[in-house]
Amino acid sequence: MHVLDFEKPISELEGKIEELRHLSDGGDVNIADEVGRLQAKVDKLLRQTYAKLTPWQKTQVARHPERPHTADYIAALITDFTPLAGDRCFGEDRAIMAGLGRFRGASVMVIGNEKGHDTDSRLAHNFGMARPEGYRKARRLMDMASHFGLPVLTLVDTAGAYPGIDAEARGQAEAIARSIETCLDIRVPFVTAIIGEGGSGGAIALAAANTVLMLEHSIYSVISPEGCASILWRSGEAARDAAEALRLTAQDLHKLGVVDGIVPEPLGGAHRNREQTIQSLSAALDAALGELVPQSGGVLRAQRRDKFIEMGRSGLA
Amino acid sequence: MNWLTNYVRPKLQALVRPKEVPDNLWQKCPSCDHLMFHRDMEKSLHVCQHCGHHLRLPAKKRLEMLFDDAKYQRIELPKTPDDPLKFRDQKRYADRLKDTRAKTGEHDAIIVAHGRMGGINVVIAIFNFEFQGGSMGTAVGEGIVAAADLAVVQDAPLIVIPASGGARMQEGILSLMQMARTTVAVDRVKEKGLPYLVLLTDPTTGGVSASFAMLGDIALAEPGAVIGFAGARVIETTIREKLPDGFQKAEYLLDKGMVDMVVPRRDLRATLIRLLSLLRNRNAAGDLLALPVDAVDA
Ligand SMILES: [Zn+2]
Repeated sequence: MHVLDFEKPISELEGKIEELRHLSDGGDVNIADEVGRLQAKVDKLLRQTYAKLTPWQKTQVARHPERPHTADYIAALITDFTPLAGDRCFGEDRAIMAGLGRFRGASVMVIGNEKGHDTDSRLAHNFGMARPEGYRKARRLMDMASHFGLPVLTLVDTAGAYPGIDAEARGQAEAIARSIETCLDIRVPFVTAIIGEGGSGGAIALAAANTVLMLEHSIYSVISPEGCASILWRSGEAARDAAEALRLTAQDLHKLGVVDGIVPEPLGGAHRNREQTIQSLSAALDAALGELVPQSGGVLRAQRRDKFIEMGRSGLA
Repeated sequence: MNWLTNYVRPKLQALVRPKEVPDNLWQKCPSCDHLMFHRDMEKSLHVCQHCGHHLRLPAKKRLEMLFDDAKYQRIELPKTPDDPLKFRDQKRYADRLKDTRAKTGEHDAIIVAHGRMGGINVVIAIFNFEFQGGSMGTAVGEGIVAAADLAVVQDAPLIVIPASGGARMQEGILSLMQMARTTVAVDRVKEKGLPYLVLLTDPTTGGVSASFAMLGDIALAEPGAVIGFAGARVIETTIREKLPDGFQKAEYLLDKGMVDMVVPRRDLRATLIRLLSLLRNRNAAGDLLALPVDAVDA
C-alpha cells in the first residue's frame, strides 16, 4: 500500500507485526502476545492520527491512490450499469464516467470523475481532468435523466478541469457553465458525493445538487492548496498554510453550509478499508435519495436553486 | 426579498461626482508604446489612437459611455459577510479588503446600475477590475443576484460586463459557490423572457468565465480581451508547450464559435442598443441604431 508521510510510524509498526507473524509458526504464545500488543498500538495510533488530521494531511488522504474511485463505487453499488458515451458534438471524454444503472433496485443516472488506478488507466482517464466534452456529456445525461424522471447521482473526484489548449479552444468555460446550469435546472432528485478531491470549477460543474455529501477525509476547494500557495504566498512550499486557510475539509464545509452531510470513513481512511467505505457511502446515498424521491420535480428544482442562492449570505458561525 | 424595496427607491449616488484627476497626464500604450495625453485618452475611450489597442476602461467611465446622456443610477447592494473564512495569507484578507476599499472608494468589485440605453430601461452589472482584480467573492455574487432580481422587477434587460481574473481565493469555497449562485440569478432573467447580454472585457477568466459570463443570450467581446477558463501560465506548465499567438483573445473565441461578435468600443453602445431593440422587437430611435462603421465600410 502507498504510505503517506504521516502514516510512516503506523506502517513501521505494521511491518514489525508482519515480521513477527513470519517468525512464529502460530504456536508461540509470546509472539502472539507481542503481535496483539503491537496491533493495539497500531489501532491507537491510527485513531489518534486520524482524529486530528490537518487540512494538508487530509489533502494527502483525499488524493491517496488506493482510495476507492468512481469506477469502484459503480462496480460495487450499481447493478445493470450501462455506460453511455459522448457529447454528440465532438467526442467521448473518459475523464468522466457516466451511465444508467440501478442503485438498490431503482434506475439512476450515475456520473463521476474517474482518475484511473495505474499508469495506463490514468492516461486513458486523463487523471480525472475533464475536457469540454466531459461536461457536455454530463449535461446531456442529466437532461436525459430529467426527461425520464430518474434520479442523478454524481461522484466528484478531480483535481480540476483540464487546462489545455484543446480544452480552451472547444470552450471549457462554456461547457462548465452550461453543466452548472443544467445541474440547477433538472427536475429530478440529485445527490452529489465528493469522494476524494473536489477541485474548483471542474467539481462544481457536477456538484450543484439537492444534497451534497462529502466523505470524511475528502476535500473540496476553489483552488488546490499548491495553486493558492503559489499565487498568494508566492511559494509552493506554503501549500500546508494554504490548505489551512482555504477551509477545504468536509468538517469546515459542513459548518459553512456548503455540504449537507459527512459520510464517515473507516479508521485510517478510505484506502485502509475500501469495502467499508463503499458501503458507508451506499447507506448515505440511500438515505439522501430517500428524502428527495417523494418530492415533485418542481419542488426539487426550486429547493436546489434556493439553496445555492442563499449560500454564503451568512459567514462561518 | 424585503431588500428588494431598496430598489424601488434607489439611492442617487452616481449622478454627481467630483471629476477624477488622473495620476499621469501621459499614458503609454501597452501594445505599441505610443504615448497618449490623458484628454485624448478620454476622447478615444481608452483606445490607442495609434494601433487601436483597447486599454482597460474604468467601470464608471464605461457606464457613462453606455447609458443615455451618461446618466445612470447606482443601486446600493445588500451587505454580505466580510471575510467569511477569516482568511490569512501573508496578510489578513480583512486588511486587504480595508486597503482596497480605501484606495478605490468602492465596497467591492461590482457596480450595479440602471438607466436608459436608446430609451430602453436597462440594468447593468459591471466589474471593477481595480478592486482586487475584479475577483468574484460573495459580495460580487450578491451584486449579480441583485442585478438580476432588479431586472426582473423592472422588466428590463440585463447586461453583465465582467472584468475578472476569476474567483476570490480568500473566500475559499464560498467564492466557488458564486458560480452556482450567479447561474441561478441570470437564469431567472432568462426565464422571464428578458434579454441577458454579456459583454466580455479584458480579462474574463476562471470561475467568472465558467459561469454567468458564458451564459448570455448573446455574447459580445471587446477586441483583444483575454477570455478563457484556465490561466495561460497554468496551461503552459501543464502541457509544456508555447501557446499559439492570439490564444484566448476575443478574436480567437470568435473564430472558435464561443462569442457572437467582437465589437470595437466606439460601436459598443449602438450595437447593444440595436440588439436589445431587436430582441424585444421595439421601434428604435433610428439615429442611435446606425450600423457600426465597419459594417458600413464592408
Ligand atoms: Zn497602441
